[in-house]
Amino acid sequence: MKRTTLFGAALLSILATVASAEDPSILVQSTTSTQNSGFYDYILPIYKSETGVTVNVVAVGTGQAIKNAQNCDADVLLVHAKAAEKKFVDEGFGVARSDLMYNDFVIVGPAADPAGIAGGKDAVAAFKAIAEKKALFASRGDDSGTNKAELKLWDKAGIDIKAASGDWYRATGSGMGATLNASVGMGAYTISDRATWISFGNKGDYLIEVEGDPVLFNQYGIILVNPEKCPSVKADLGQQFIDWLISPHGQELIAANKLDGKQLFFPNAKP
Amino acid sequence: MPDAAPLMPRKTSDGGSKTPRDRLLPGALRLERLALQVAGRLLVNIEKLTLDPRSVTVIMGPNGAGKSLFLRLVHGLIPPTQGWISWGEVACGEATRSTQAMVFQKPVLLRRSVAANIDFVLRRRAGTKAERRARCDELLTRVGLAGQAQQPARLLSGGEQQRLALARALATRPKVLLLDEPTASLDPASVQMIEQIVLASSAEQTKVIFVTHDVGQARRLAGDVAFLHHGQLVEYGPATAFFANPSSEAAKAYLSGRIVL
Amino acid sequence: MQDFAGAFGLAFGLIASGDADLFEIVGLSMRVSLMALLLSCLIGFPIGALLVVRKFFGRGIVIALVNSMMGFPPVVIGLLIYLVLSRAGPMGWLGLLYSPTAMIIAQTVLIAPIVAALSRQVLEALQAEYDEQFRSLGISRGRAMLALIVDGRYGLVTVALAGFGRAVAEVGAVIIVGGNIEHLTRVMTTAIALETSKGDLGMALALGIILMSIAISVNLGAGALRAIAERQAYA
Ligand SMILES: Nc1ncnc2c1ncn2[C@@H]1O[C@H](COP(=O)(O)OP(=O)(O)OP(=O)(O)O)[C@@H](O)[C@H]1O
Ligand SMILES: [Mg+2]
Repeated sequence: MKRTTLFGAALLSILATVASAEDPSILVQSTTSTQNSGFYDYILPIYKSETGVTVNVVAVGTGQAIKNAQNCDADVLLVHAKAAEKKFVDEGFGVARSDLMYNDFVIVGPAADPAGIAGGKDAVAAFKAIAEKKALFASRGDDSGTNKAELKLWDKAGIDIKAASGDWYRATGSGMGATLNASVGMGAYTISDRATWISFGNKGDYLIEVEGDPVLFNQYGIILVNPEKCPSVKADLGQQFIDWLISPHGQELIAANKLDGKQLFFPNAKP
Repeated sequence: MPDAAPLMPRKTSDGGSKTPRDRLLPGALRLERLALQVAGRLLVNIEKLTLDPRSVTVIMGPNGAGKSLFLRLVHGLIPPTQGWISWGEVACGEATRSTQAMVFQKPVLLRRSVAANIDFVLRRRAGTKAERRARCDELLTRVGLAGQAQQPARLLSGGEQQRLALARALATRPKVLLLDEPTASLDPASVQMIEQIVLASSAEQTKVIFVTHDVGQARRLAGDVAFLHHGQLVEYGPATAFFANPSSEAAKAYLSGRIVL
Repeated sequence: MQDFAGAFGLAFGLIASGDADLFEIVGLSMRVSLMALLLSCLIGFPIGALLVVRKFFGRGIVIALVNSMMGFPPVVIGLLIYLVLSRAGPMGWLGLLYSPTAMIIAQTVLIAPIVAALSRQVLEALQAEYDEQFRSLGISRGRAMLALIVDGRYGLVTVALAGFGRAVAEVGAVIIVGGNIEHLTRVMTTAIALETSKGDLGMALALGIILMSIAISVNLGAGALRAIAERQAYA
């Protein structure tokens, strides 16, 4: 029948277009903070034009990114949770970890500032004040790098947020941007990496309340997934990407990435 | 092969047919202790019946007498609660049904063109596209629908739908033709056309069982008549005798146009 | 918060300017969902017809199963497909995770039960009408199934549109198995989720408006088709 052959041809052509696009590419598991801040939108087109390699990024929380990489669903891991990254390498999932760049976390909140923390330089003290006033606080609650850093601060402040969860402490269980949206929506404080905060487009009357405390330092690391554990890993292409980012050239590009005149990330790879 | 009539040369004692050979014809319907009960209601209940295998049998009876159910039973579409049915020594079932065709009281037409409704049946049999087309044209011409071949079948008038259903039944070249009031909504010319088709089919050795309420039509077509009432077989015999002198009160009342109780 | 009117203005501006990224995303959405729909129809229609034509033992259980699969949460289906397609999973060697093909698979798993269950309902009525006639004509089960699908075509188009609507609007499954990778697996819903989380409500709204327009035109199309079918007495 003519109609069936036509139908079959249409089917095949659709399948073919779906299966095509096979130029060299690697898969990076990374964090929502790097994606939401526009870091990849800036750096990947440059990399592609210089090397011809497409970098595909899956942006999830750091915890999930690491798990996905453990399932061999990545060539490169780019996250910010040093302890978890070291564990990943020690268990043999990663080849080696390199420092890539840093930025810092900032505590943001509404202009009204119900906990009275604005202008402070002490993050732990600010968290104590928020808990005391039972001012709303939105947490990522998604096992991401930011979430891990936040939990460390509550721990230092000696506050049991499990007891407050659902009350003034709200764990959104979502990415950085979604958590910022939620905070703005309900008038809660939250902690964000600076890059995501700068590029966030729905700030409303929100401001940085606390910044500059050394405990708010936020280090990003980059790891090649171990091809011995995961034979599917494109080790050469992955290593090429890592080498490029930590090279003086890559580091310069990272430093040059600015939004509204503000630098988003500070390169600190050890040569 | 549609022509492989299920003939089984087997000697049995005489059950009422004219000659022993007749009993082997595919149109030789025999049934015994036939009963159909639905939800406690006895809808059909016939002790014994043997039909003439060649004639046109007309089935008559008031509304709700069980005529349509009777056709469904002998066509093997619904299983009886009790009793047995056979056609020429073959038990009623898929094998006998495949040599028969039925036109339902309410025609069931596919949601396609008139021609496609016929072709749907023709395609079951082998044959080239051209052959099927020619046969389709021939059948539609026979029922006077040649001009409407490409029209959606369900947009035909009631009478045209009945004629199409008949043409589709004939497409299978059946050995037995079961017609449930096929002329109920036809104009006089179309009635005549259908009656001619029925008589021609009968002359070509097709057994016809024809349900009708039209006494005049029954007189014109019937070789023998079965009269049903309340699911029971009240009378069965040659048409001439039936119309001249019906033996049951119910048939008398029915023929004279009175309400049958 | 961005003001409402501003977001809408931005949205229509993006649509009117024919923004390349926007239309790439819309194109991929359509491609993935249409492909999933095609596969779902190829799977779902015959299953629906089979459930109508064959009164086999355990049919009631199968129908209940298919009906409840209609309500399976997309994220759960996404997670299951992820586990299967992950490199560490049983079909990881195919290397399909984070590809449009993976999204097509997830959406197919999601909507094939919908297509099967709804087409069974549509064909049930048709079967009630045709059954005796088909048995009288000695039509085989296979041909009866085909005839039901052909004759129920207008009803089945409505079924397909319902499946398409669900596929194209779905986010939970495709974000897990597709990964929302720019220029590769980013579709309308995952892009809306991303743009919203970036606080870029204009782009999110532009995509939302397109998505809703597609839903509305799909339903208008269904209505028009229904009218045609009724005019030909094919409905
Ligand atoms: N599926 C069914 N379930 C229960 N009762 C039924 C069913 N089909 C038919 N009947 C009943 O059986 C009786 C006989 O029905 P049937 O259709 O055979 O009548 P009929 O003799 O063909 O009548 P008519 O002349 O009106 O066509 C009716 O009283 C009807 O209500
Ligand atoms: Mg009747």
